[in-house]
Amino acid sequence: MADFQRLAPEARKHLRQGPGVWVRLKLDPWLLILLLAIMSFGLIVLYSGSGASEAAVQKQLVRYGVALLGMVIITQINLRLVQRWMPLLYVGGLLLLLAVLLFGVGAKGAQRWLSIPGLPRFQPSEIMKLVVPLTVAWYLASRPRPPHLTHVVVTMLLVALPVLLIAKQPDLGTSLLIGSSGIFVIFFAGLLWRYVVAAMVLGAAALPLLWMGMRPYQQQRVITFLDPESDPLGAGWNIIQSKIAIGSGGVDGKGWLQGTQSHLDFLPETHTDFIIAVLAEEFGLVGVCALLSLYFLVLIRGLIIAGHAAHPFDRMLAASLTLTFFVYVVVNIGMVSGVLPVVGVPLPLVSYGGTSAVTLMASLGLLMSIHARRPQRT
Amino acid sequence: MQYPWRMRIVWLMLLVVAAGVVWRLVHLNITERSFLMRQGDARMVREVPIPAHRGMILDRRGEPLAVSAPVVSLWANPQVLGANLDQAKQVATALGLPEADFLERLEHLKNKEFMYLKRHVNPSEADTLLDHGWLGVHGRREFHRYYPSAEVATHLVGFNNVDDQGQEGLELGYESWLQGASGAKMVQKDRTGRTVKDLKLLAAGQPGKDLVLSIDMRMQYVAYRELKAVVQQHHAASGSVVVLDVATGEILAMVNQPAYNPNNRAVMSIDSLRNRAMTDVFEPGSTMKPVTIAAALMSGQYDPDSQVDTSPGFIKVKRKTIRDHRNYGVLDITGIITKSSNVGVTKLALSLPENSIRDTFYSFGLGQSTGTGFPGESAGILPNYAKWNPINLATMSYGYGIAVTPLQLAQAYNVFASYGLKRPISMLKQETELEAERVMPERVAKQVIAMLETVTQRGGTGTRAQVPSYRVAGKTGTVHRTSKQGGYDDDRYAAVFAGMAPASKPRLVCVVIVDDPKGEQYYGGEVAAPVFSRIMAESLRLLNVAPDNLLPLQG
Repeated sequence: MADFQRLAPEARKHLRQGPGVWVRLKLDPWLLILLLAIMSFGLIVLYSGSGASEAAVQKQLVRYGVALLGMVIITQINLRLVQRWMPLLYVGGLLLLLAVLLFGVGAKGAQRWLSIPGLPRFQPSEIMKLVVPLTVAWYLASRPRPPHLTHVVVTMLLVALPVLLIAKQPDLGTSLLIGSSGIFVIFFAGLLWRYVVAAMVLGAAALPLLWMGMRPYQQQRVITFLDPESDPLGAGWNIIQSKIAIGSGGVDGKGWLQGTQSHLDFLPETHTDFIIAVLAEEFGLVGVCALLSLYFLVLIRGLIIAGHAAHPFDRMLAASLTLTFFVYVVVNIGMVSGVLPVVGVPLPLVSYGGTSAVTLMASLGLLMSIHARRPQRT
Repeated sequence: MQYPWRMRIVWLMLLVVAAGVVWRLVHLNITERSFLMRQGDARMVREVPIPAHRGMILDRRGEPLAVSAPVVSLWANPQVLGANLDQAKQVATALGLPEADFLERLEHLKNKEFMYLKRHVNPSEADTLLDHGWLGVHGRREFHRYYPSAEVATHLVGFNNVDDQGQEGLELGYESWLQGASGAKMVQKDRTGRTVKDLKLLAAGQPGKDLVLSIDMRMQYVAYRELKAVVQQHHAASGSVVVLDVATGEILAMVNQPAYNPNNRAVMSIDSLRNRAMTDVFEPGSTMKPVTIAAALMSGQYDPDSQVDTSPGFIKVKRKTIRDHRNYGVLDITGIITKSSNVGVTKLALSLPENSIRDTFYSFGLGQSTGTGFPGESAGILPNYAKWNPINLATMSYGYGIAVTPLQLAQAYNVFASYGLKRPISMLKQETELEAERVMPERVAKQVIAMLETVTQRGGTGTRAQVPSYRVAGKTGTVHRTSKQGGYDDDRYAAVFAGMAPASKPRLVCVVIVDDPKGEQYYGGEVAAPVFSRIMAESLRLLNVAPDNLLPLQG
C-alpha cells in the first residue's frame, strides 16, 4: 500500500496534459536548436580560423556557456516589468556611455571599454544594443499608432543620443547597428509611408554631412571600400585578401584546415570579423549557404514570434531585434566580400569574442521571453 | 497582423538583401574564381631555384682538388625585419654583426625586400639560428667551394666567387661543364616569406659533371715544394715549373710562385693570381738553341760532326757584336750545345735559308696556343718578317726577340722527347692518345737528345741537373731580363732549365724557370738545374721508370 501511494503521483504525471519542459523554462526550441547549430558550425570554423588553437575554442565554449546562461535568465524576466523600469535603464545606459568617453579604456585608437573595479571589463555600447530598441518600443507602445510627428522626433532624439555617443568612441559599426535597431522599431510602430520616404530623402541629403563628421580612418575605410586597389598594401589589404579567400574556395571549398589564405597569414582577423572568409575558403559556397540558411531560419522564426505577439511593445521589439540580428549578418558578409565598407561588425555567434555573443543571446532571450508569454490560441 | 502590407514589404526587402548577399558570394566563388585564385597564387606561390651541385675537380688519380659542400646563406626581408627593431637587434647579436652598422644597413634597405645577413653558414649552425623563428629571416641553400689542395694546385684549378661562379683557372674555363643546370620548384610561402610546402617540381636539376685533370698531385706537391724552396732561397721574383708526360702530352705538374690560398683570398695579392706557366712569356734565350740546331740538321747542310769556327769568341753582325763567354775555337755541332756558343748558332743561322729557323720554331708550337683552352693562356710572340734583318735572325737563333710561355718551352722540348712528334698539350686526363704531328725526323731528334745529354755531363753547363741512376738530357738558359726602360738589365736574369729523362727513352719533360734570382748565383745551371734534378728524381721514382744509368756493380 505504501508503495502504491508513493508511486501514484509519479505515474499520473505521464498522463497529465500540462505545459512541457520548454514552456516551463520559457525557451523556444526552434531558436535554441538554430542557435546551437550556428554555434557548433562556428566553433568548427573558429578552430581553423584561430590557427588550430584548442585554447581559443575552449575559451569560446566557456563564453557560449556564460551567454546561454544569461539567455536563460533573461528569458525568465517578464517584459512588463522591464517596461516599467525602461526610463531608468535608458538613463543608466547613457551615463555609462558618458563614462566611457571620460574614463574609458581601449585599444587601436578607440575608447570603447569601461573598467569598473569588481566587474569584468565590458563595452557599454553592447548594453545599448538592447536598451535602445527597448526604450523606443517602450516610448511608442504607450503612444498612438501610427506615431505622430512629434513622437517620431522624440524617438529620433532618444536614438540619436546613444548613437552619437558611440560614434564618438569611435565605433561606427556599433552606432549604425544601434541606430538601425531604433529605426526598425519606429518603422514597425506603423510609421506613415510619407515619413519613410521623407526620411530616405533626408538621409541621402545628409550623407555629405556624415562624411564630414567622420574620422579620417573612417573616411579612409570608405575610400578603400569604393576602390580597394587604391591602397592594396595598406587599408585595401583586408578586403583584397578576403575576396581572394572567398573566391578561391569555389563551390565546395578547399577542405577544413586547408585554406591557404587564412593559414598562411595573408587573411587578417581570421578568427574575428573575417571568419566568414575562412569558412568560404575551406567549405566553399556550399558552406556559406548552409550558414546563411541557418541565419535565415533564425530570421523567419524571429518574425513569426513578432507576428504572434499581442502586445505592441513585444511586437515592435521582436521585429526590431530580429532585423538587427539579420543586419549583423548582412553587414558582416557584405564587408568581408567587399560590397560594404569595413566597419568592424562581427559575424553573429561565429566570430571569436565574448561581448557580442552575450548581447546577441540576450536579444534572442528577449525573443524567447516574448514568445513564451504570447497569447495562447484556443 | 496589424500592418500586413508593411510585413510583406519587409519580407520582400529581406529576400532581396539575402539574394544580394548570395549573388555576391556566387559572383566571387564562381565568376571571379579563376581571377581570384590567380591573385591568391600570385601572393603565395613562388618559383624557387634548386641549386645544382657543382662537379668536383680531381687529379688524375681521383684526389679532390675542388669540392662543393652544402651551406646555408641567411637572408632577410628588411621590410619585415625592420618592423621589429628588438628582433633585429637579437639577430645582429646572434649573428655577431655590429649592431649599429646592422641597423644602419637595415634602415638603408628598408624599401627593399632582400638583404643578405650572412653568407655560407654551415648547415647545423644555420638551423640553430633559424630555430629562433625570427620573422623575415630565412635560409637559402647554397654551396661553398673548398679547395683541399690549397695553394699547390690553385693556379690550375682557380676559384669561384661566393655565388659559386668560376672566376679563375679551370673553374672559369670549364664553368658550364662543372656548373650543371639548376632545377626549379614551385613552393607555397606564407606572408612573411617562409616556405610552407613544396607544390611541385618544375625542372629537375642536372648536377654538374666532374672534371678530371691530367695532373698527378704527388708530382704537383714535389714541384710545388722544390719551386717554393728555390724561389725563397734566391729571393726570386717568381718562378714556374711544368712537367709533361712525353707519351700523351698531358701536364703532370704545373706550379708557380708566388701562389695564394684559394680558401682564404682575403690576403691574396694580385701578383700571385696568375698561372704564370701559361699566361706569362719570357725570352727563352739559350734554351732555344737546340731548336736552331735541329733546323740546321734538318736542312741537310750539317750533321752532328760538322765543324764551326767560333773564334775569336765574338762575331759582328751589322753593327751588333755577339759574344761567347770565351773563345771556344773550333766546335762541332754538339760542342755548340755543350758550350752554349752564341757565335756558333749565329753562324749556323746565318747560313740557313732566311725563314727556316722561324718556321722550325713555329712547327714546334711557338707563337701558337698549346690548345689547352685555359683562360688567359698566352700564345707567345714569334715575329715574322718579309725580309729578315740578319740581326733579328741571329738573336732569334739563341732565343732573343721571341717570347714563349714556360708551357710552350716544355711543348717544344716534348718534340725532341717524343722523337719528332708535336703533341697537343692537355690539362685533362686523356683516355685516348691525342693525334700527334711529325715535325722532325726521328733521327734528328735522337741526335739532338744525344747533344743535350752532354750538357749534363762533365764539362757541360747543366751538370747539376743530373739525376742519380738516370741519364738526363737538357739545356740551361740564363736570360737577360728586359728592363722597364727598354733594352736589357745588365744584372737581372731569369734562370731556366729545360730537359727530359731518361735520355735513353724520355718519359718526362720538365721546364724550370726562376725569374730574377738575387745574389751571386743566377745561372740556369746553378739555380734552375738543381730544381729540375730533384723534381725529376722523385717523379721518375713515382712513375716507376726503369733506371738507365745504374752504376756498375762493385767487384
